[in-house]
Amino acid sequence: MELCRWVFCVLLLIASSLRVGAEQLRRGQRTERISGSAGDVLEDNPVGRLKVFVYELPSKYNKKILQKDPRCLTHMFAAEIFMHRFLLSSPVRTLNPEEADWFYTPVYTTCDLTPNGLPLPFKSPRMMRSAIQLISSNWPYWNRTEGADHFFVVPHDFGACFHYQEEKAIERGILHLLQRATLVQTFGQRNHVCLKEGSITIPPYAPPQKMQSHLIPPDTPRSIFVYFRGLFYDVGNDPEGGYYARGARAAVWENFKDNPLFDISTEHPMTYYEDMQRAVFCLCPLGWAPWSPRLVEGVIFGCIPVIIADDIVLPFADAIPWEEIGVFVAEEDVPNLDTILTSIPPEVILRKQRLLANPSMKQAMLFPQPAQPGDAFHQILNGLARKLPHGRNIYLKPGEKILNWTAGPVGDLKPW
Amino acid sequence: MKLSALQQSYTNRRSNSFRAAGGLDSSVDGSGKSPAAIFWLVLHGLCCLISLVLGFRFSRLVFFLFFSTASNGGTSGLYPSTPFLGTTADIAGSLSFQANPSPNLELPPNRTAGGISSSRVVVGRHGIRIRPWPHPNPDEVMKAHRIIERVQREQKLQFGIKNPRTVIVVTPTYVRTFQTLHLTGLMHSLMNVPYDLIWIVIEAGGTTNETASLLAKSGLRTIHIGFDRRMPNSWEDRHRLEAQMRLRALRIVREEKLDGILMFGDDSNMHSMELFDEIQKVKWIGAVSVGILAHSGNTDELSSVAHKKAEEENLPPPVQGPACNSSEKLVGWHIFNSLPYVGNGATYIDDRATVLPRKLEWSGFVLNSRLLWKAAEDRPEWVKDLDKLDGVREEIESPLSLLKDPSMVEPLGSCGRKVLLWWLRVEARTDSKFPARWIIDPPLEVTVPAKRTPWPDAPPELPSNVKEISIQEHTEKRHAKSRASRSKHSSRSKRKHESRTADPQVSSKVSEE
Repeated sequence: MELCRWVFCVLLLIASSLRVGAEQLRRGQRTERISGSAGDVLEDNPVGRLKVFVYELPSKYNKKILQKDPRCLTHMFAAEIFMHRFLLSSPVRTLNPEEADWFYTPVYTTCDLTPNGLPLPFKSPRMMRSAIQLISSNWPYWNRTEGADHFFVVPHDFGACFHYQEEKAIERGILHLLQRATLVQTFGQRNHVCLKEGSITIPPYAPPQKMQSHLIPPDTPRSIFVYFRGLFYDVGNDPEGGYYARGARAAVWENFKDNPLFDISTEHPMTYYEDMQRAVFCLCPLGWAPWSPRLVEGVIFGCIPVIIADDIVLPFADAIPWEEIGVFVAEEDVPNLDTILTSIPPEVILRKQRLLANPSMKQAMLFPQPAQPGDAFHQILNGLARKLPHGRNIYLKPGEKILNWTAGPVGDLKPW
Repeated sequence: MKLSALQQSYTNRRSNSFRAAGGLDSSVDGSGKSPAAIFWLVLHGLCCLISLVLGFRFSRLVFFLFFSTASNGGTSGLYPSTPFLGTTADIAGSLSFQANPSPNLELPPNRTAGGISSSRVVVGRHGIRIRPWPHPNPDEVMKAHRIIERVQREQKLQFGIKNPRTVIVVTPTYVRTFQTLHLTGLMHSLMNVPYDLIWIVIEAGGTTNETASLLAKSGLRTIHIGFDRRMPNSWEDRHRLEAQMRLRALRIVREEKLDGILMFGDDSNMHSMELFDEIQKVKWIGAVSVGILAHSGNTDELSSVAHKKAEEENLPPPVQGPACNSSEKLVGWHIFNSLPYVGNGATYIDDRATVLPRKLEWSGFVLNSRLLWKAAEDRPEWVKDLDKLDGVREEIESPLSLLKDPSMVEPLGSCGRKVLLWWLRVEARTDSKFPARWIIDPPLEVTVPAKRTPWPDAPPELPSNVKEISIQEHTEKRHAKSRASRSKHSSRSKRKHESRTADPQVSSKVSEE
C-alpha cells in the first residue's frame, strides 16, 4: 500500500512537471529547428568533411576584372567574388591537390558590367572556356575526370547558359564544357535546360550590413497583410504585358490594385526594409528570371515569402524545407491569391514565422564578411560535402574522352 | 535601391543599343537570313506602317491569335477579352511604336540541348489572368484582419511584457460641467489598456449618481469613494485638496492590500497607450515625462506679446519630468518654466488667464503599490511609511514626499525622452450650468416657434448662435452657452435671457458651479 501511494505521488509529480514544461515551452517558444530533406544540416560544420583546392589563375580572370569595376562587389551577383575570398582563407582549403575532394576555379564571369551596372554575358562563355583550357593544360586534374570533381560559381540570371534572355539561354544551353562539373548558381527551375542535375542553388547576394542597419524593434506590430514593391509591367521591354514574369506580376496588379489588404506599388520608398518588417506576407513573384533578392529580404525580416514562380528551385532546397516556410502559389492561381492567403490557418502562419525567426535560417541566406558559422558559404560547402564521396566512375579511363571541345556556338570558340 | 537598379538595368540591357553594340551576341543570328526571317521582317515593317497610320501601337497579338498553335498554347493562359485588351490599349497608348528586340510571336523552338525534357513552363507570351470580379471580398478581408490580430497577439506575447502587473489608477474628481468630458476621455483610455485595471475614483463633495453612472459605463473594476470636502474655487486650494484626495486613495490601497502598479490618472490629462506599457517596467517608484500644455488664456494683447517674445528666446520644451545624465542616471528634474506667466497665472477657476501646473505633477509618478503596504518585507529603507504622513501639516506636493531619498526614482520612457502623457487643465466657468447626467428631463418645450427667429431681444453680435430652427439646436445653444464661452458680454446677457426662459425648466436640474 505504501509503495502504491509513493508510486502514485511520483507519477503525479512527473505528469504535472511535464505539463508545466510543455506550457512553458509553448509560451516561450520563438523558433523551431529547421530540417530539410537532407536532415537537420543547417548547422553542420564542413571543416574536416571535405577539402577544396583553389586553382591559381592569372589575375586577368579575377583580380584585374574586379579592379576594372569594383561595383561587382555590391551587386547581387557578388557571390562569386566573395566565395573566392572565403575559400582562400578557409580551413577547408588545401594546398595539396592530391588530397583535394573538390577543385575550385576562381573566374569572375559576371563582372563585365554595363555603365548601368548590369553584367553583359556575351564574353562569359569565352572567358570560361579559356579558364578551363588553362586549368586542363597546366594541371592534370581536369583531364582525369573531365571536370566531374570541379565546381564553378555561376550566379548569373540563367546560370551557365550565360544569357539574360530566357529563349536565348535555352537555345544555348549550359556551356558544353561544364556538363560534368558541379554548378553553384542562383537560378533554379525544375525541368529547365539551365539547371543541371546536382547543381547547388544559392541565394543572390544581399548586403548584410545594409539589412542589419534597417532593423526595427521586434515588438512593432505587423499590420500590413501583403507587401510588394517592384514593377508589374516592364514598359521598356514588354509594354503589352504577358511576357514579363509570364504575366504573373501584371495579374497581381490587375486583380489586387484596389484591395486594401495588398500594399503593392511600383514606388521605391526609403522605408522598404522597415515596411517589410511590418508585413505578414511578402510577395516574391518571378521577373525575367524566377529568382530574386526579395526572398532573402523576406527571410531576414521575418516576412513570410509568397513565391509565385512555377517549378522554381529555391536556395539550398535539400537543407531548407521551403514548403513549410513559404507559401507557394501557382501562376495560374494568382487571381485567387487573396482567397489562398486568407484561408491559411493562423497556427500555420505562426509556425512559419517561428521557422523564419530561427537565426540559423537567416544566417544561411547571407554572405557576411568575414564568414560566420552557418552562413551561405558554409551551406555551399555542406552541399558539396553531401555529394561526397565521388563515385568511381568519374575517373576516366586512359584515353577516354567525353567532352567535345568544339561543341557549342561558333562565337564561343574565339579565344578570350 | 537594388530593385530599381535591377529593373532599370534590365530595361537598358534589353534595348536595341546593346544588341547593336554587342555584336557577338547569340550566334543564332550568325547564320544568313533565312526566308522565315525575311518574312518576319516584312511583317514587322507592315505592322509599323499600320501603327503609323492608326496612331497607336498595332499589336501583333492579332497575328498571335490567328497563328497560335495547340501544342505550345496549352499552358499559356486564358484571354479574358475585354479587360485584357483594355490594358493593352492603356499601356500601348503612346504614339511611339517600339521595335521589339525579338519578334514576340516566335514560339519557343523545341531545340533543347541534350536529352533534358523541356520545361512544362513555357517561355513566351502569356495571358494576364484577371478574375471576373477583381475586388476585395469582405469575408476574406475579415479573415485577414483576424489573422493580423492573431499575429500581433503572438508578437505581444513574445516581445511584450512577460508578467504584466495590475494597474491601479487613482483619479480625484468632482461634479462639474467638464467632468463628463474629462472622465469619458480617461475612461476610454483605461478601457483600452490591455492589462488588469483597478480604478480608484475619489470624488470631492461625496459620491454622486452623476459620477457613478459614468463609471458604470466603463465595465472596469472601480472603487468609488466620496471625500467630505467640496472643491474650492481657487487653484491653490484645489491642488491641496486633490493631494489629500490622492492620499486617501493611497490609504485605501494600503488597507485593501491592492497589488500592482499605482499611477495617478488625473481626469483632465491625456494618456497614451505606451504609457501603460512603459510603467510595467517600474520596480519601486518611477517618473515619466509629462507634456505641459499650458493653455495661454484669452488673447490678451499684452500676454500674447510676452508669449511671442518668450518663444523667440527659445524656451525649453514644456515638459516636466526626470533629467538624466549621459549614463542614464537620474540627476535632476525638468520643471515647467512658468516665468513667462509670472503674474498672469490664474487664481480662480473663472480666470481667463493661464492655468499653471504645479512644480511636479502627481501624474508624472508611478509607484509600486507594495511601497504603501504596512509591513512589506522587501520594502526599501528609503521609503517613508504612509502613516507618518498623516499628521503632517505641510503640503504634500508630490509623491517625492514619500521618499527619504529622492534619487532612487527610476526614470522611465527612455530616461524621460519620451513624453507619454499630457497635462492640460481646462474647466468651465464656475457658474456654468449643465443638465444632470446630460439627460434632458423633462423634454424641452418650444419656447419660441421657429418662425419667430431671430429672437426679438437677442444681441446682434452673435447671429450665428441664433439661427436655430430646431429644438435640438436650441438645446445645443444652451449647452454652448453653459460651456466656457469666451466672450463675456454675450454670455452674460444670454444667461440672463436664458435664465428667464429656462427657470421653469431648470427647476428639476441641479445647477452646479
